[in-house]
Amino acid sequence: MLRSSWGAAVAHVARVVGDLGLAEDAVQEACAVAVERWPRDGVPADPRAWLVGTARHKAIDRLRRESRRAGKEEAAARWTGTIPAPPDDPAPLDPAGLDDEELGLVFGCCHPALAPEVRVALALRSVCGLTTAEVAARLLVAEPAMAKRLTRARAKLRDAAVPLRLPGPDDLPDRLPSVLRVLYLVFTEGHHASSGDALVRPELCDDAIRLTRSLVRRLPGEPEAGGLLALLLLTDARRAARTDAAGDVVLLEDQDRRLWDRDEIAEGDAVLERALRANRPGSYQLQAAIASCHADAGSAADTDWRQIALLYGELVRYEPTPVVEANRAVAVAMAEGPAAGLVILDAVAHHPQLAGWVPLQLARADLLARLDRTADAVAAYEHALTLGPTAPERRLIARRLGELRG
Amino acid sequence: MRYLFLLNSPGGGPAAEPGTPESERLFREWGEATALMADAGVLIDCAPLTPAASATTLRVRDGEVLLTDGPSAELKEWVGGYTLVECDDLDQALKWASTLPAARDSSIEVRAVIDTGRGR
Repeated sequence: MLRSSWGAAVAHVARVVGDLGLAEDAVQEACAVAVERWPRDGVPADPRAWLVGTARHKAIDRLRRESRRAGKEEAAARWTGTIPAPPDDPAPLDPAGLDDEELGLVFGCCHPALAPEVRVALALRSVCGLTTAEVAARLLVAEPAMAKRLTRARAKLRDAAVPLRLPGPDDLPDRLPSVLRVLYLVFTEGHHASSGDALVRPELCDDAIRLTRSLVRRLPGEPEAGGLLALLLLTDARRAARTDAAGDVVLLEDQDRRLWDRDEIAEGDAVLERALRANRPGSYQLQAAIASCHADAGSAADTDWRQIALLYGELVRYEPTPVVEANRAVAVAMAEGPAAGLVILDAVAHHPQLAGWVPLQLARADLLARLDRTADAVAAYEHALTLGPTAPERRLIARRLGELRG
Repeated sequence: MRYLFLLNSPGGGPAAEPGTPESERLFREWGEATALMADAGVLIDCAPLTPAASATTLRVRDGEVLLTDGPSAELKEWVGGYTLVECDDLDQALKWASTLPAARDSSIEVRAVIDTGRGR
């Protein structure tokens, strides 16, 4: 409850006091009060409104204290702009507007005036409530460097008065792609551990789906927002089947499809169908269509790989990246045989962006094994081991090597 | 919130020789862009600056005023003018900055002005 209210609380307080760092601190304090009081006094009727109200009170209180503090120190702080003035007459809290305020914060974190690499970090911290240490660990950046980057981004949002609200219809086409990208990255951060076991955070998947859902509700005329929601739902539906009891990765073809969440798949398919009706295709709609092909196949053998290979061929036009091409290679391998796939894969395998990417090396090793090129497959798995695979990936490689050498 | 647009100009001098058609075009485009800002009520002040070569950079070190002939750093682009506007937020400021010729010819640095409660 506290987790899913964090973003809305930070968004509201930041809008009222004009400072994101101050808002995060105030929400943190309010959470601490909730953790202490709720078990004793009971959970309030509207816990989110309580949290937002408490945090807002704490933040305004702190600003008033600081602005009352007389003397040179305060005057100096004003000249350098480090202390915002307390709001004169803040508008009363409207619990019904909190979803929009949270989306406004997402748009602020994804503002094009911020460097692209800081946007997802800021969203993970300010909207999803990860600690700076957690954000640093997930994005493979040293913690002091991440803290500095976040502080600079917050200061820029405050000093340059970057608006924390949904942009108007004129600006939306320019602003939406960055937001969709960041929501997608938040989801993948929860869905695929960047490194190591302890970092799996399924709550991030829930956050990304919740925020995208509220974005689609607010912007029903944007098919790519619908496409992203469908993609997240259809991918998330496989959550329970993706790892086994030991936490090992279970490949799509080996997953127990009875564990797939049928309700989530039905919702994803419906959202996708509605998005496609706008007849403005895009990258997320295509990726969702691919996920839908998988979700609708009764078994791995029933998968319509020809259709999937075609969809990847379309996707390359919107996202001409080696990663998409590598995925197309796997689909072609399934539709036309491992040799046809390997030709495409080998053409991109040495791309600098992919040379160190473990999933690609695993896919390549798998195709080699299917072609009975056992020695090459073993070499490819051994190469993948040198690229710093996650613990579950390492176990998968060990299992495959055992089979090949067996 | 007031925003200062620092209008960069390549080379450190006026973008075009006075009296040339190029200079007339610039003058006309400037007039049109700033008139729109004034009509919208966002324009506070704007002006071109004398060439960077005529700048004097001042520092005080140990109580002594040190002057340097020229701008403070060797850069490819110089601040050739400024525009001061009053806008609601960065989005509005960026929109106005993008209407100025300098945005197309070189670049504009957009900086928010700190409200100190003085000088208004």
